[in-house]
Amino acid sequence: MTNLIGSSPKRREDGRLITGNATYTDDVQLPGMLYAMILRSPVAHARITALDVSAARALPGVVAVYIGADIEGRVNPVPCAWNVPNCDLRLPSHPMLAVDTVRYQGDGVALVVAESRGIARDALALITVQYAELPSVIDPEQATAPDAPQLHADIPSNIAFTWTVAGGDADAAFASAPVAVDLRIVHQRMQPSAIEPRAAVASWNPGSEELTLWVTSQNPHIHRFLCAGMLKLPEHRVRVIAPEVGGAFGSKIAAYADEALASFASMDLCRPVKWTEDRSENYLATTHGRDHVSHVELCGTADGTITGLRARVFAGLGAYASTAAPGIPTILHGLMYSGPYMIPNITGVIRGVYTTATPVDAYRGAGRPEATFMLERLIDLFARKLGMDPVAVRRRNLIPSDAFPYTVATGLVYDSGNYQGALDKALSMFDYEAFRIEQTLARAQGRYIGVGVTTYNEICGLGPSSIAGATGFGGGLYESAIVRVYPTGVVRVYIGAKPHGQGEETTFAQVVAQEFGLPIEHVEIVHGDTEKTPQGWGTYGSRTTAVSGSAVKLAALRVKAKAKTLAAHLLGVSEDDLDWDGGGFATHADATQRKGFAELALMANLAWNMPAGLEPGLEATASFDPPNFVYPFGTHICTVEVDVETGEVKILRYLAVDDCGPLINPMIVEGQVHGGVIQGMGEALQEMAIYNEHGQLLTTTMMDYAVPRAAQMPRIETAHTVTPTNVNPLGVKGIGEAGTIASVPSVVSAVCDALSPFGIQHIHKPLTPARVWAAIQLATAGAA
Amino acid sequence: MALPLTLDVNGSERHVRIEGRELLVHVLRDALGLTGTHVGCDTSQCGACTVLIDGQAVKSCAMLAVQATGRQITTIEKLSDGGLHPVQQAFRDKHGLQCGFCTPGMILTTIDLLSQCPDPTDEEIRDGIQGNLCRCTGYQNIVDAIHLAADTMRASASPAA
Repeated sequence: MTNLIGSSPKRREDGRLITGNATYTDDVQLPGMLYAMILRSPVAHARITALDVSAARALPGVVAVYIGADIEGRVNPVPCAWNVPNCDLRLPSHPMLAVDTVRYQGDGVALVVAESRGIARDALALITVQYAELPSVIDPEQATAPDAPQLHADIPSNIAFTWTVAGGDADAAFASAPVAVDLRIVHQRMQPSAIEPRAAVASWNPGSEELTLWVTSQNPHIHRFLCAGMLKLPEHRVRVIAPEVGGAFGSKIAAYADEALASFASMDLCRPVKWTEDRSENYLATTHGRDHVSHVELCGTADGTITGLRARVFAGLGAYASTAAPGIPTILHGLMYSGPYMIPNITGVIRGVYTTATPVDAYRGAGRPEATFMLERLIDLFARKLGMDPVAVRRRNLIPSDAFPYTVATGLVYDSGNYQGALDKALSMFDYEAFRIEQTLARAQGRYIGVGVTTYNEICGLGPSSIAGATGFGGGLYESAIVRVYPTGVVRVYIGAKPHGQGEETTFAQVVAQEFGLPIEHVEIVHGDTEKTPQGWGTYGSRTTAVSGSAVKLAALRVKAKAKTLAAHLLGVSEDDLDWDGGGFATHADATQRKGFAELALMANLAWNMPAGLEPGLEATASFDPPNFVYPFGTHICTVEVDVETGEVKILRYLAVDDCGPLINPMIVEGQVHGGVIQGMGEALQEMAIYNEHGQLLTTTMMDYAVPRAAQMPRIETAHTVTPTNVNPLGVKGIGEAGTIASVPSVVSAVCDALSPFGIQHIHKPLTPARVWAAIQLATAGAA
Repeated sequence: MALPLTLDVNGSERHVRIEGRELLVHVLRDALGLTGTHVGCDTSQCGACTVLIDGQAVKSCAMLAVQATGRQITTIEKLSDGGLHPVQQAFRDKHGLQCGFCTPGMILTTIDLLSQCPDPTDEEIRDGIQGNLCRCTGYQNIVDAIHLAADTMRASASPAA
């Protein structure tokens, strides 16, 4: 039979998606269902001096209206679940509905529950609130200034934490280094913009006292855990179902007040309650990403050897600390300051800062894009200052392939890598030398073309649960799987992780079908329902194939071992006499003396003739807790042309060479790279959450927030090198976030390279035509 | 007050009682249970709600249900009546979808595009789907899927040589 691993069967999940037969959360309709809507603060920061919901309550069709005081004490506050240790983390209480103060535009003020969406919306308009406005602050660095508005009475200077990472002696390195460069980087706030808005349908059964919650979630088991806490329910009485999820990019990790409020209302009213945000509500109330202001420096010697790195980062958290927020600019960012390079001396001081803005949490890449961007931009500046080629500087500093496992100054141990291999492949595919010649010729003609080369690595496959505990993550990071073989030899696999577009219904079926010698159609992957699936911690951080896929593989191997024991018994031979022949077990001596997988499945489930001590059935559960993280890597190369009259950037070519270990389904891997790269190009070129001076979000629709459209984006070329890891039994790493991590600096570096004749070193992203044009004007004026 | 309304949806007369202010997308989803049509924004930017009205791609969040009387409405659910439509098949074959939320709208927009432009260039395809946002795929495989669908549909439309 052909090898399924490394082939690209079409996706198992597509049938329902292309025919309109998939069920997303908002598609769930229950008898007697009510509709909830949340009144959200229109101002950034204010005392609520009066709140009158009487007219809303009196509207026919309105079933209930709740304000903060109504639910206070009946529910617990919204939790933060990543309590990063070894710092002074201060977490303010985060009420589900504001009680006397609103702290960002979008903060919940009242919950309306009505017989229809229309009535609920009418009722929102009947609620009157008087706000005594307070000053707002959006920039995370300015929020720490002595005269900045204070969000939380007990958190001085709005500083949630000061966390440091240090290895070697960075100050000494800078003191003795002949060359140093520095940069202020603004990682603009991003709006994740999953096309499916968040939604929740809560159904309380007063008889069994059980809550069923359908919710747009990347991690239904975490949602069960956190929602049970918010609702003061025993965890085993909460069933969370994440049905089809329409994209997430980190924004559906957090447990929000909103699904807990719908649940509270269902419990209080004993009727099902649906809440669905609209897009402008999504942009105000769903977590944002990035929002770092970073002051960074890099030093080295005249031959291009990097000797030190220092970073001082102000990481905006928004008004409250969302579920994973403290861990992102620290564990997932500061620990990655060495990137793929040998940097012996590193210091990072990272401050998490509360601001009067939407809470910030994971967004595709979550901390690693900020680290990679910092390194790649600094190395380009360093190379330019030395008069060296930026590729040569990278090559000089990359960790050599024979140095793994390699411990970097921040303390992480990189499992495996061949960074030069990916760089060499990319350069040969791209023909870097030819481009530099073309660039010189183009400049002579007044055309500005440039190239950006990024050599990246990232941390994913999260991770050892012991490290999760040591870093304050409020959960484990293992994954579990059940492989259940039915009497007729078909298989269901139940996983705790929650794919939402990444195609694991196909890739995991490939793994199991390959192991058992079955057609892929005979294997179904089940996910998303805490009542059906074993414990798992979710799909984020490019971890699902490495961790959940490995649990699937281990469970399949256990099933296979049991099948072998049964085969030996039925054939009257020793297990040592048996070989797997691709579809069953056969004796060494006579290949016709065999038991096929289907027959073994039947016999195990019938249990008519089991060997002593072997239980009936053919099913196994396995959990996989990885011994280390995995570190995918690669080289991306982007070329651009800049129209210096208009500031418009045109991508000429984009090449991604990634190494995520062995590819189970190359088609799906390519799709992840395409999507990730384009999402990064959005960040590099056009996307940004914009607040005005009053803390009002101006980008509250898809007209204002510039999610990339088809005609704005180029075609991507992809290629791979394959360096397996020994951290998990599949040898795989991760690919979901790599494209975003690598493409942002590739594009920005290409533009800065194109504009180097103007002396332009760096332009703050997104590189809109207006910003690029302004940078050219400024540089030209300075030169004149 | 609830208004009686008759809509021609997927070849059937459907009788509903709605509020005059209800958008077509909400009537399709809530009253008729046709949840393959999705709501992704509230400003007709994302295209997840695209349906065909008299064969033309229309954003069903941008019209009132009452405006659709007397028109033929086709949703994604109708498309695979006789097996997968070539556009659906092409999206699957070329991995033109990931989370699938934008896909019904993207497919119906493609059908309209190919009816006007049966052999589109890359540029014409990218221009033709400008009104439909996809956050997962980066569009590349969608473009390839539309090329494949165009090839398939032209081959089946032209008499055998």
